Amino acid sequence: MKRSLIALALVATPVAAQDRPVLTVYTYDSFTAEWGPGPQVETAFEAICECDLRLIAAGDGAELLSRLRLEGEQTEADIVLGLDTNLTAAAAETGLFTNHALGERDYDLPVIWDDPMFVPYDWGYFAFVYDKTRLPEPPASFEALAASDISIVIQDPRASTPGLGLLLWVKAAYPDRAGEIWEALADNILTVTPGWTEAYALFIEGEADMVLSYTTSPAYHLIAEGDDSKAAASFTEGHYLQVEVAARLASTDEPDLADRFLAFMVSEEFQKVIPETNWMYPAVTPPGGLPAGFDTLITPERALIYPAGEAALIRGEALAEWQTALSR
Amino acid sequence: MADRAVALSGRFGTALGLAVAGLVLCLTLGTLAAVAWRAEAASGLGPADWAAVRFTLLQAALSATISVVLAVPVARAFARRRFRGRSVLIALLGAPFILPVIVAVLGLLAVFGRSGLLNDALRAVGLPEVSIYGLQGVLVAHVFFNLPLATRLILQGWAAIPAERFRLAASLGLGAGEVGRFLERPMLRAVLPGAWVAVFVVCLTSFAVALTLGGGPAATTVELAIYQAFRFDFDLSRAALLAAVQFALCLAAGGLAARVARPAGFGAGLDRPADRWDGASGWLKAQDVGVIALVSVFLLLPLALVLLRGVPQVGALPGSVWAAAVRSVAVALASTALCVALALPLAIAATGRGGRWIEAAGMLGLATSSLVLGTGLFLLLRPWVRPGDLALPVTVLVNAVMALPFVLRALLPALRDLQAGYGRLSASLGLQGFARLRLLTLPRLRAPLGFGAGLAAALSMGDLGVIALFADQGTETLPLQLYRLMGAYRMDDAAGAAVLLLGLSLGLFWVFDRGGRGHAGL
Repeated sequence: MKRSLIALALVATPVAAQDRPVLTVYTYDSFTAEWGPGPQVETAFEAICECDLRLIAAGDGAELLSRLRLEGEQTEADIVLGLDTNLTAAAAETGLFTNHALGERDYDLPVIWDDPMFVPYDWGYFAFVYDKTRLPEPPASFEALAASDISIVIQDPRASTPGLGLLLWVKAAYPDRAGEIWEALADNILTVTPGWTEAYALFIEGEADMVLSYTTSPAYHLIAEGDDSKAAASFTEGHYLQVEVAARLASTDEPDLADRFLAFMVSEEFQKVIPETNWMYPAVTPPGGLPAGFDTLITPERALIYPAGEAALIRGEALAEWQTALSR
Repeated sequence: MADRAVALSGRFGTALGLAVAGLVLCLTLGTLAAVAWRAEAASGLGPADWAAVRFTLLQAALSATISVVLAVPVARAFARRRFRGRSVLIALLGAPFILPVIVAVLGLLAVFGRSGLLNDALRAVGLPEVSIYGLQGVLVAHVFFNLPLATRLILQGWAAIPAERFRLAASLGLGAGEVGRFLERPMLRAVLPGAWVAVFVVCLTSFAVALTLGGGPAATTVELAIYQAFRFDFDLSRAALLAAVQFALCLAAGGLAARVARPAGFGAGLDRPADRWDGASGWLKAQDVGVIALVSVFLLLPLALVLLRGVPQVGALPGSVWAAAVRSVAVALASTALCVALALPLAIAATGRGGRWIEAAGMLGLATSSLVLGTGLFLLLRPWVRPGDLALPVTVLVNAVMALPFVLRALLPALRDLQAGYGRLSASLGLQGFARLRLLTLPRLRAPLGFGAGLAAALSMGDLGVIALFADQGTETLPLQLYRLMGAYRMDDAAGAAVLLLGLSLGLFWVFDRGGRGHAGL
């Protein structure tokens, strides 16, 4: 009896967890959720890496960076996954990250990607999402939206990633008239929420006609819920692009393993999980193509994006314009 | 008077109380100092920050005043009436206070929103719609959250008036007006300032409600400014400064209330249930019934709509939500035990010499920005331990300290009455130390302790896992899981999780509160 108990204990313990190297990845909350990409990614990578992949959820993208700044070089993270192009300049400035060893790669991004430090794993366009049954004729530009009496919910750029995206979107579309556009939009804005979650919930409950989200949002409703009533409005000014990236910490004690993870991240095994768990476009389209339903999404004609350094410089001015226009 | 503290608690008790106050100071001011210390450069507050301070003060003062003014007739109605289901109704009315913000806001919007019941009704009869977005929305939401708290605190004041005083009033032929003048007004003078401060400080740290319903950046609160300093600018020095402003406002409000409040001085009674001959007239009865009906509709309709939306989804919730629910209940029970263990010595010490300062220390938990608290604690602990290993203990501790002010509010008036009513008797009997605690203090405090423990448990259940910085694999609480479901488009599952959370929070609150009341008539 005693012996069988010992045997059972041995079986139950993860096989010699101690002598397998541990790769710690800091990422955002929704990545690690049961329904996010995390569980599948962990299983797939652990099947080939002979390591223990630990995904630590640390808030959202901006909170990830704050945490790293607090921890400095003593961080236990080997990889950070979940920063976006609006944060990479600040991230690079900390000096905590190091260049990857992936070399030149072809990504299926709407822009050329040659950053030596940050590796993209998915991307999407910001867009206003609406319900076709409630709003048969969506506006086709910021100016048309401002001239209409359509109500929108947006996120606060000071507290939310999409909120910051919208700020830069308006600025990129109207570099000299951003303040004017915001003033014209002021009466369309039902309210400003602290994060994407609150805004989207308000939209789903029918509070507003449109919500700032992603062009890929309708795919969730179509594929997961069989509901084809949601769509993203295509704007003639173009749509702002969000590219989500990962990078290796300079202080990692597992540099080779970290590089293997980054390579895995842009491989088919990882990329095919992305569309239906993170609801974004994969950075490298898997050989099987995108899931059915993604072909119904709008494809903007112009991708707007500030280069990383420029985004950091311009956001202070853009925020001031936003605050002045909306505080009236 | 000088030896009051010694008489009530003994030296050991006082030392214990001071130790708890020290712990709270470490967690509040200490974490603030840690954040300030870590800041790279000193920075001042800009005009936008001062605008945030002004808006915060305005909305908090208005919210607190409206909540407390409305709570008086509600509490009076409940104090005067006995009816079947009264205790269940009182417990239910406490629900908005313990819900995660986003769930409560969605419930409110189902009633007051653009496509809510109210506007549907207005449209149906051809009246103009009302908008909940703006200062009015912030106030409606804050009153919705805090009216229950204010009502309960004031109701406790009514329950603390000995039945013998009402009996005397009746035998003297006093009507409702005179009872109001001689009994109720002095009681309100003692209780209202504390209730006002509690609500004021809760609203002081509001952030998601104020922004979401405030309609835009004009509704920026200090807490949001702290958030911005952290994540947008990574300016720790400004974050610490703003947090210090928040503390200063809290202390100023507390000081103001302490000056206004006067002990009611009713003396001790025999704990008989109070018969209220003064409320027998038909007009007063109609008035009370009307007030109770109105407040029930205001507080319960949004919750009913949350339930209606979520109940069908509960069965289909993913396994991780149930696991998080179990974890949350365990955390809530642990933090309740800790909170009560902290509150009792603190409250006892607060009735003695320098008690105002000890009381103020206990209230600081309320004024703490959870972001600053989390970051400071992270900075303090990180050199010694891996933060992820402490995820749940830290959640237990922080929840306990955050709930401490409410438990303290519930205990203090009762303890002061206890001292005034039984202090001399127990001193003449030489009753002190643990004997006094066991024979006098604990039995007399049973009801407020039960209420306080219920609040602590429910608050801990509903708290959004304070600290993302300490998160690790498998430490998600139910509110965090709920938020994640919403963040992954799963609004239906989130509605189900909200029902589960509401049920568990209310259940915990009810068990403790009911246990505390025993047979007494509160």
